[in-house]
Amino acid sequence: MTVGLALEIALAAVVLSVAVWTVAARDTFAAVGGFVAYGLLLTLVWMRLGAPDVALTEAAIGSGLTGAMLLAASARLRASEAAVAAERPGGIVRGLAALLSVVVAAALVASVLFLPDPAPTLAPAAAENAAATTLGNPVTNVLMAFRAMDTMLEKVVVLLALVGVWSLAPDRFWGGRPGPRHEADPNGVLAFLARLLPPVGIVVGIYILWVSADLPGGAFQGGAILAAMWLLVMMAGLTDAPQVSGRSLRLLLLAGPVVFLLVGLGGLALGEAFLAYPVAYAKPLILAIEFAMLLTIAVTLGLLVAGPPERESGS
Amino acid sequence: MTTATVFGLFAAVAAGLGLYGLITNPQPLRKVLAFNLLGSGVFLFFGVVARRGAAAGFGGDPIPQALVITGMVVAFAATALALALLLRLFQATGSATLRADAPTSTDAGGP
Repeated sequence: MTVGLALEIALAAVVLSVAVWTVAARDTFAAVGGFVAYGLLLTLVWMRLGAPDVALTEAAIGSGLTGAMLLAASARLRASEAAVAAERPGGIVRGLAALLSVVVAAALVASVLFLPDPAPTLAPAAAENAAATTLGNPVTNVLMAFRAMDTMLEKVVVLLALVGVWSLAPDRFWGGRPGPRHEADPNGVLAFLARLLPPVGIVVGIYILWVSADLPGGAFQGGAILAAMWLLVMMAGLTDAPQVSGRSLRLLLLAGPVVFLLVGLGGLALGEAFLAYPVAYAKPLILAIEFAMLLTIAVTLGLLVAGPPERESGS
Repeated sequence: MTTATVFGLFAAVAAGLGLYGLITNPQPLRKVLAFNLLGSGVFLFFGVVARRGAAAGFGGDPIPQALVITGMVVAFAATALALALLLRLFQATGSATLRADAPTSTDAGGP
């Protein structure tokens, strides 16, 4: 056994024990803390699996934004936790659940051990066609060109999720501002960091998109960082959450999917197929879509974390 | 044993653990948490398959990797929707229970 493999087994054991903690911890707040740690450790696993693009996504979205959202929700639900926790199912149900989980895990283990050898792969096909877009990062190629349809529909799904979240607002707050108005000590650490970090974060977010042509990165990861910067400024009370009825806000939300759709329809009109980029303009078109998507993703993710409107538009 | 096998076994256990938490934890927030754990196991499975398909000078097959990135963003959107529903339930009834016979008090946020 090599040193690398031994380290991987140790890493898997550590991450698993954190996963057990997130399920078994009595206190929900502690469990959420465990989940954030789990997500961050998982980025190491993704690096070991040779997937730096996924590692970035896991750190920014899977662990960071999801964790922030879960922490905020668990703080609000704290009062109800004790009563609901008492509804824990009895021994028989738990035994059956354990049995089912073991069976599912065992089936997955079996499928891991009996995966076909040699493994089927589309990597050579992706490498062969990379010249068509002149992008060096194969994952960006897949996301933006080879399977661009998935990415476009996913933009729509995220937008629909935001519409779903907004529709949970009580009628009188419709079109208002999400969440409570955050107050923080203007001379405190939070306000200080909310002034210090965003300039750096904005540069990093755009950089991660820009290098994604050839290096790990992308619009999702960059957009998540921009969203985090925006949320930080809102939480420090330096700016208020926007009114969700604002016209410019809605234009930003639509920019990504609309540009994507227009380029796709352009491909259809010019002969080839839906979302077929003319080879000579593939890279500029992809960049245009990605920048529109970056803005849309940043605003959408930020608003998803902020939640449904809870105040009237004036207040 | 290879890197892919180690993390493949890990993914299987994480998915099983998430399923167990999803069924047995009574608090809806913990169910959302467990569901994300289950999802991470499934995503890792894709990562393992991608890793085994490493070829053409890439660290892994880029197709499953791209699918996982899309999946993570959709999982995030679904989590956001679930939490918003949960908070609304708490706002409306003063409790976050999923019991069928739970009292449904007046809608705190009505017009």
